[in-house]
Amino acid sequence: MDIKKLTITEAASLLSKGEVSSQDLVKACISEIEKKNKDINAYLEVFDDALAQAKMADETRKKGNNSASTLLGIPLAIKDNILIEGRKASAASKILENYVATYDATVIKKLKNSGALFIGRTNMDEFAMGGSTENSAYGITKNPYDETRVPGGSSGGSAAAVAMGGALGALGTDTGGSVRQPASFCGLVGLKPTYGAISRHGIMAMGSSLDQVGPMTKSVSDCEIIYDFIKGRDPLDSTSIEADTGSTKVSDLFDTSNKKHTIGIPWHFMEKGLDESVVNNFKEIIKKLESEGVVFKEITLPSIKYSLPTYYILMPAEVSSNLNRYDGVRYGFHKDGLSGIDDYLETRGEGFGAEVRRRIILGTYVLSAGYYDAYYNKAIAVREEIKSDFKQAFSEVDAIMTPTSPTPAFKIGEKSNDPLTMYLSDIFTTPANVAGIPALSVPSGFTEVNGSKLPLGIQVMGKNHSEKILFEIGKKIFP
Amino acid sequence: MISPDDIKKIATLARLYVEEKELEKLSSDLESILGYVSELESLEIKHQNKSSENSENLINIMREDSEPHESGKYTESILKQAPRRKENYVVVKKIL
Repeated sequence: MDIKKLTITEAASLLSKGEVSSQDLVKACISEIEKKNKDINAYLEVFDDALAQAKMADETRKKGNNSASTLLGIPLAIKDNILIEGRKASAASKILENYVATYDATVIKKLKNSGALFIGRTNMDEFAMGGSTENSAYGITKNPYDETRVPGGSSGGSAAAVAMGGALGALGTDTGGSVRQPASFCGLVGLKPTYGAISRHGIMAMGSSLDQVGPMTKSVSDCEIIYDFIKGRDPLDSTSIEADTGSTKVSDLFDTSNKKHTIGIPWHFMEKGLDESVVNNFKEIIKKLESEGVVFKEITLPSIKYSLPTYYILMPAEVSSNLNRYDGVRYGFHKDGLSGIDDYLETRGEGFGAEVRRRIILGTYVLSAGYYDAYYNKAIAVREEIKSDFKQAFSEVDAIMTPTSPTPAFKIGEKSNDPLTMYLSDIFTTPANVAGIPALSVPSGFTEVNGSKLPLGIQVMGKNHSEKILFEIGKKIFP
Repeated sequence: MISPDDIKKIATLARLYVEEKELEKLSSDLESILGYVSELESLEIKHQNKSSENSENLINIMREDSEPHESGKYTESILKQAPRRKENYVVVKKIL
């Protein structure tokens, strides 16, 4: 059993045949973590009861008849901005250093019901703000494929944890690409579902009109398994929707078994700034899919190039209001000032890291009276244009394909001093968040850079509720 | 042009203390980010009055304000997280 390569599907089969126990799986993961986490820093905390959770899962399996769920006894890693009752959740921020969650996020409750177990909480960019996991208050995370490079972000800890063999799957969150881009940098599958498809109750809010939770796994089937367990309407999240009603209809519309998929390629959106290895890999995948009967069609999305600037107005605006709750009064870090108002200034000034402060200030600026119309209202209007472009495109094609990231994993420190350069690496991932549509990143091969084999990824976007189609196409790209 | 003084003012509105030496860098960062997002100015909006066409799913979700949990059930676990507390209160500085 090679824990680094073992998928959830394979592990579930070994568990059901009694060839391994959940305790074996957890021991194998912990042995990898002990060897590697000191350097990689994927985990902020490995739960000391992980093995005890596995023991319980093994006992449940013994008692039960053969109806155990696929996730029973499967060790997962959880991003540090997702609440698990009684455990620390810091969003990799100093302002929540010793915060202990007082309740379970709905996704956690659903995973607990499925019998999955949690091996630890993973590093991230503070409050999910970043694309490299360099903005954590608890040190950077390194890419297991090349430790001089970033694992991507903001769910970089979750990606590195799975890629290094420290868990069989993970949860991340995706506001502008934070599940898909690290999945792509670490050779994993990552899903940003349709807006509302997965409950966000118990997830620390960043940009509420954009945020979604998503699975990060070693295969497309694994991703689908976790997604099916955690999706669906939740009375505790009024923005959640019944994912199934949507998908049942869609699967009728697109009977995938005997229909040729048509995939749109917005070539006009890929003219500049792409690494040659990314372009070549993208073309190879198109050729491969064509040979399997997939039809490709060039499409135009006239407003898509405005997605990134739209995102960098809406997101900070929402950040600036969502992060008001961290006041040093009710929970988290507190620093004393001279007066009550000074307490806020000092607590937030010291508790938040540089990128978080930058985005709060940017968001406050674009929402300020003199600039509200020029920035925020304009971005809201452009968002409708972008949605409308996608709607038009999906009347002609089943899915749209782009690379996930314009480059393979970049060097640690390469972009950390220039926020705009860092932001530009989200170019292909932000449109799906702005439009609310689902997008799946799948591994598409490797490129060799200075002796390191670096993973590449391809993104498939679909219309609302078309996750099933994305999984189908994903399996063709990464069988 | 966003001056370091503007940054200071915005930061205070956001209840965020920023050190003097950081103001310069923040104003140049904001300048370049806002320069980039200003690309939006050039886009002509075609669907201004048709936003409902894309927003068919935008409806208000209401819930009955009923079935409260047992009083005090979560008080201790929530208050335990407060940096300063006195019995069942969180402590803040006098504001009057």
